[in-house]
Amino acid sequence: MKDLRRVPFGYAAALLFAVLLFGLHLLDISVGQRLIQEFTAFSMRMVVLVPCIFILIGLLDAWVPQQWIQKHVGEDSGIRGAVYVILLAMFQGGPLYGAFPTAHLLWKKGCSMRNVFMYLGAFSTLKIPMMLFEANFLGWRFTLVRGAASLPVFVLTAAIMAAYARGKGLQMKELAEDQAAGQPGAAADGLHRR
Amino acid sequence: MPKDLTLIAVTVVAIIVSAAIDRRKTVQGVRKGWRMLMNLLPQFLLLLIFVSVFLTLVSPETLAAMLGRQGGSLGVIAAACIGSVALVPGPIAYPLTGMLAESGVPLTVLAVFVTTLMMVGILTFPVEKAYLGGRLAVLRNVLSLVGALLIGVLVGSLL
Repeated sequence: MKDLRRVPFGYAAALLFAVLLFGLHLLDISVGQRLIQEFTAFSMRMVVLVPCIFILIGLLDAWVPQQWIQKHVGEDSGIRGAVYVILLAMFQGGPLYGAFPTAHLLWKKGCSMRNVFMYLGAFSTLKIPMMLFEANFLGWRFTLVRGAASLPVFVLTAAIMAAYARGKGLQMKELAEDQAAGQPGAAADGLHRR
Repeated sequence: MPKDLTLIAVTVVAIIVSAAIDRRKTVQGVRKGWRMLMNLLPQFLLLLIFVSVFLTLVSPETLAAMLGRQGGSLGVIAAACIGSVALVPGPIAYPLTGMLAESGVPLTVLAVFVTTLMMVGILTFPVEKAYLGGRLAVLRNVLSLVGALLIGVLVGSLL
């Protein structure tokens, strides 16, 4: 029984979902067919997208030196550090859930909390590929005004998040594979961070 | 899907360049990435389920109908709710909002919808929580929701 409970919820849900899909397929209802269609379309994208994202992050993890991140976007990086993370975010593409691993990697290597959330804010609102698309359908005036309005909002959000995390002594999650690898990673890092 | 092809190309080139410089580091990096993926697979499976169910139940036409129906502050609130829950890829979301703009839906409503769509993610919460931890993930989403409303009001009053 104990072992059963240790199975992650996601796997159990996926199994149930697979059974459901199969049942719907047999029943041949239109909603079921739509669900199967949407599922296949979205999972095809994920199957390609997600491994690529993680392989790139693994490579970045291996290559980007910790001192470099600490120096340029760390606690004492000031406005220049903020500009760096915003530019980094602007030249990327893809959905926000793909940015969380990168944000986590930045944090693990010594990027300040404020800059990590600045990165996430810029990633969700100022990505250039997305803004090109947006301008195409909603016009340049809309896109530029929305972008300009977003900047102060996420800068403020990042400051609040960093202050909250500092006040409560919160850190990001430590990932199992970082501990297993025995790297001088988040655990040791968290200690001399404050 | 050309965007996906770009990502694959970038990944392949990165592996080749990295391997040319240092093979051991490359193997180490790719392995690390793969382990990360495996550890987060349950969260990504949940995301997959949520999104495919959502896209099945709520078609782009339904979204358009929900956004276009209400005006005023009710419309803004509806837009914020829908944008927060929905996970609609840009290539679908932008043509849809463009169409709504032409049919006279206020820009404030559209700005709130677009911004919450991008910044707030209820369906992606399992993935976010795995990286940021529950409390930071909740706070980020709450602040982003408030921020999106501010952005919408700013856009609406400036345009």
